[in-house]
Amino acid sequence: MASEDNEVEDHRPLVLIHSLSSFKLPLQDRLITHFRLFDSLASPEASSVRALICVGPTPVTADTLDHLPSLRLVVGSSAGLDHVDLAECHRRGIAVTNSGDAYSENVADYAVALLLDVLRRVSSADRFVRSGLWPQMGEYPLGRKLGGKRIGIVGLGSIGSEVAKRLVAFGCTVAYNSRNKKPSVLYPYYANVHDLAVNSDFLIVCCALTNETHHIINKDVLTALGREGVIINVGRGALVDEKELVQFLVQGEIGGAGLDVFENEPNVPKELFALDNVVLSPHLAVLTPESFEALNEVIIANLKAFFSNKPLLSPFQQE
Amino acid sequence: MATKDNEVEDHRPLVLIHHLPSFKLPLQDRLITHFRLFDSLASPEASSVRALICVGPTPVTADTLDHLPSLRLVVGSSAGLDHVDLAECRRRGIAVTNSGDANSENVADYAVALLLDVLRRVSAADRFVRSGLWPQMGEYPLGCKLGGKRIGIVGLGSIGSEVAKRLVAFGCTVAYNSRNKKPSVLYPYYANVHDLAVNSDVLIVCCALTNETHHIINKDVLTALGREGFIINVGRGALVDEKELVQFLVQGEIGGAGLDVFENEPNVPKELFALDNVVLSPHLAISTPESFEALNEVIIANLKAFFLSKPLLSPFQQE
Repeated sequence: MASEDNEVEDHRPLVLIHSLSSFKLPLQDRLITHFRLFDSLASPEASSVRALICVGPTPVTADTLDHLPSLRLVVGSSAGLDHVDLAECHRRGIAVTNSGDAYSENVADYAVALLLDVLRRVSSADRFVRSGLWPQMGEYPLGRKLGGKRIGIVGLGSIGSEVAKRLVAFGCTVAYNSRNKKPSVLYPYYANVHDLAVNSDFLIVCCALTNETHHIINKDVLTALGREGVIINVGRGALVDEKELVQFLVQGEIGGAGLDVFENEPNVPKELFALDNVVLSPHLAVLTPESFEALNEVIIANLKAFFSNKPLLSPFQQE
Repeated sequence: MATKDNEVEDHRPLVLIHHLPSFKLPLQDRLITHFRLFDSLASPEASSVRALICVGPTPVTADTLDHLPSLRLVVGSSAGLDHVDLAECRRRGIAVTNSGDANSENVADYAVALLLDVLRRVSAADRFVRSGLWPQMGEYPLGCKLGGKRIGIVGLGSIGSEVAKRLVAFGCTVAYNSRNKKPSVLYPYYANVHDLAVNSDVLIVCCALTNETHHIINKDVLTALGREGFIINVGRGALVDEKELVQFLVQGEIGGAGLDVFENEPNVPKELFALDNVVLSPHLAISTPESFEALNEVIIANLKAFFLSKPLLSPFQQE
């Protein structure tokens, strides 16, 4: 309680919650303990605020930044930051953090789930049973073994590393492509995705979406991957040339796909609905209740570090 | 070619292929190189044959054995041998082999696939997308994280061990129940399935079906597993009290289930078709083309060892 003799000062730093109205951040209570919050660019506080939390895929553009002359930090709530104009932030000396490792295990689990599902036809078999066909038709087509297969990881960041760790336990071998070879990593490195595809049975796309990685999975890569190849995308839809992929799948020129992301969510190419060698997912890889907790911690840790002039926990780095 | 002067003797041992009309064994060509084959209990050769290959779940009963007075070996083509009267074989001094490790990795992969699917709702989400609901409804319910879950393995044989190895890579902890504690295994041991269930978030049923393990997963165990618990069955349907499990699932008294086997295949309780926290599979866990190859090798190796009076490769052992 404030009184004239003994006013309690509010030392909490000011933070903007930047979100499209449809996205809410389920951590407001925790934040209020540490920070004073507001949520409108039109507020007078916009001119002095030094940090913002960017909720979900709410865009941070040059125009956004024009409203925030004192801004020095953008705290993202996802692993991907393609909705943030990173070049503009860089230009203005604004640091950007992402969700760091908060999601990595969850996304990795999901990538493996999709791969297993495509290879062993789990969803397709489930449909078969639910439609009452088992008693009628007796058998269901065989799946394919996972062990011994060559996995190509596109983008060996924290997500890609967690995927690799899991698939090695199934008896797979792992190779990767990243922007740069990683000296401490023992898996074979390929300087481009085409060569990785030539030498892989399955590709798992885990990298960030940037101008360079847009449609990194293109007709050339799909051809190199081949008729038995399977592609799993838990990154961003635009990493894959979706039109080409659909063609390859429909023509049977690739073995299958597990897709959690699409170029124009929530729209999914309808040709895929008829295919049993495809598993479709509504952008779920990230989310479990446990990962919200981890996300909270990363967001709060980054903000506290910033306001204490300490090193940020998870500054965004491209792999 | 045989001639009177220089007859080529057929030294190939005689083997009976014991199969129901609906089951074929896709390895006849390989076998013929090594063995003389016949497939009818009514054949005159039945009285002298010393080994049979039991295809799929074709029953081997006391009556079967009555037709085969010289039989000394039953070679199973599956991991499970509940269709073979093991007590009767033992009584008559007939050795029995199963598929050994040939299928273990495939079954383990499938158990993990089912678990990931149930926890992360992969099949349910795929149905959601295929039904066109994503653009309409926007969101899909969250799944649960796999890492950190306590896995209880019921039956730590070769399948159970492979499951454990995989789930450890996802950050799970593992405990088990088997008929006997295994001195070389470091995972915690529980002397009965109830106690295992109390201390687990997930039960994975991998054990053989015997008189003792019939309905080993009963109401008591399901209650101990709890409302947030999950059960995966890749063993035999009768390991689980299916009626109870269906009740628990329908009432929401258990978190979910992944079922590859049922008490009365191919019939699946229809109450399950409406549930999104259940994944249903038409007894697929064993099958991939790669596992047929491995199975071939195990069958031929066991037969060769037998006819050379050498130790069998995969004599059936209960865990």
